[in-house]
Amino acid sequence: MTSNIKISVQNLHKNFASFKAINNISFNVREGEVLGFLGPNGAGKSTTMKMITGFMAPSTGTILVDGLDVQKHPREIKKIIGYLPEGAPAYADMTTVGFLSFIADIRGYRGKEKKQRIDTAIEKANLGSVYRKTIENLSKGFKRRVGLAQAILHDPLILIMDEPTDGLDPNQKHEVRELINEMSRDKAILISTHILEEVDAICNRTAILSQGKIVFDGTPQQLQAMSDSHNTVRLSLMDMLNPNSIQKKLLALQGVAGAYYETERNSFVIIPDTGSSIINQVSLMARDEKWKVQEVFVTTGQLDEVFRNITTQTTQ
Amino acid sequence: MNIIKSILKRELGSYFSTPLAYVFIVIFLALNGAFTFYIGGWFEREQADLIPFFDYHPLLYLFLIPALSMRLWAEERKSGTIELLMTLPITTFQAVSGKFLAAWLFSGIALVLTFPIWITVNYIGNPDNPVILACYIGSFLMAGAYLSIGSCVSAFTQNQVIAFVIAVVICFVFVLSGTPLVLDLFQGWLPQILINTISSLSITTHFNSIMKGVIDIRDIVFFVSFIACWLLANIYIVELRKAD
Repeated sequence: MTSNIKISVQNLHKNFASFKAINNISFNVREGEVLGFLGPNGAGKSTTMKMITGFMAPSTGTILVDGLDVQKHPREIKKIIGYLPEGAPAYADMTTVGFLSFIADIRGYRGKEKKQRIDTAIEKANLGSVYRKTIENLSKGFKRRVGLAQAILHDPLILIMDEPTDGLDPNQKHEVRELINEMSRDKAILISTHILEEVDAICNRTAILSQGKIVFDGTPQQLQAMSDSHNTVRLSLMDMLNPNSIQKKLLALQGVAGAYYETERNSFVIIPDTGSSIINQVSLMARDEKWKVQEVFVTTGQLDEVFRNITTQTTQ
Repeated sequence: MNIIKSILKRELGSYFSTPLAYVFIVIFLALNGAFTFYIGGWFEREQADLIPFFDYHPLLYLFLIPALSMRLWAEERKSGTIELLMTLPITTFQAVSGKFLAAWLFSGIALVLTFPIWITVNYIGNPDNPVILACYIGSFLMAGAYLSIGSCVSAFTQNQVIAFVIAVVICFVFVLSGTPLVLDLFQGWLPQILINTISSLSITTHFNSIMKGVIDIRDIVFFVSFIACWLLANIYIVELRKAD
């Protein structure tokens, strides 16, 4: 199992003067895993990525990339990492193909293989239409995809992307997520984002950073389960003639901790006891009472609510 | 070697993809002409040599060369591409030398484009061509020395104007380090041996000695080690401050 660990971070610290940007974080990323870094701005997501890619030296702690110490083997680890830095920097005066050709040169590709690598990256990042355009004239979305193409050009074992979908429109976001999903099988991927739904869409693990510490490390489902509204049932009826009597009946159900009527959405919110599922009881009752059900469903918890809870707890 | 070549190619390309290259070359040639013919009085001297032409190179380079070197690292820092570059599988040595060589090659191209004056002097009279060649080599080495200062200074800041101004000041010190203006600063409180050392670090002194037409190994050693020292400092600064 251990050989599957592609990124291993142990007791990492980074201090800027007296400011502790990273305060003792440890985590692993395995092959096939997509780890999403979540956290408010300034939490240390980018700093951690800069240290893993060898751009910034840690104050203390060790980082192993595919078993190699980043500090001792900077060139070897840079060969197997594909990195999209924050803001997707690229040489603005170059054309898309010129820039990718430079990256391919540096990565040691020549001739036929070089051309093939560039073509594949352009195709994957969907850059065909801006092949010969100068990067400074590209839209934000295209610039981001040029950065993405650069990062995947050498089909790296390890992919580290700092906010890969920032500035993209919904369609482009979808494409990039598809691309990440597609690549995730045989790679270890670390992405940072502040878009919560993205974690759900592409990550199979998520770590929340706050104030330089990891305050949550688990699956997106575990994260959702921490929400107060997790497993809450929402029920709308055709005729809400007597909300009070319905509320009383719902409250009497086994496993129900609370129920209230939301006027603006014309529906009931039924909160279960911790850990129990109540959708079955609610629908049975609706059938027995002959309510005309318009809609009944389980909500899986609001990620932003959990996120706010976790990250503000540590601030206070 | 291939990596240095790739970086050099990209860097040189970026000079020509902006108006910088053309503006630089035009101004370099125009100022060269002005200095040679008006201030240097080349025609009035009625001598078949290029002394008035090369005489003003230390001064001309003082303002033009830092304009070439100021962007080398400052721009990378400003646009964030330094993070991209330094996370590619290259060493800092390769990055620094690739960039420096690109700027040096570019200054060489500008220098070669002054060839009409060489044609002119050969058309008018019979100059000592080996001396002229020595002068060109000396001028090229001097450009390299200025560039190594500029490249190193450029790694300190993300502001190109600051990089330019500081490089001009440092180059100025090395141009004048053989003259009383600089030496008097140290006279009286530094031992004579150190003052002699400062004086021998003068770019002008070594360039003037090459301009006499004798390429002395000591002058070559001076320029080569001068460039190497500044580039070493450059590597060190990039290593230390790349992530700031």
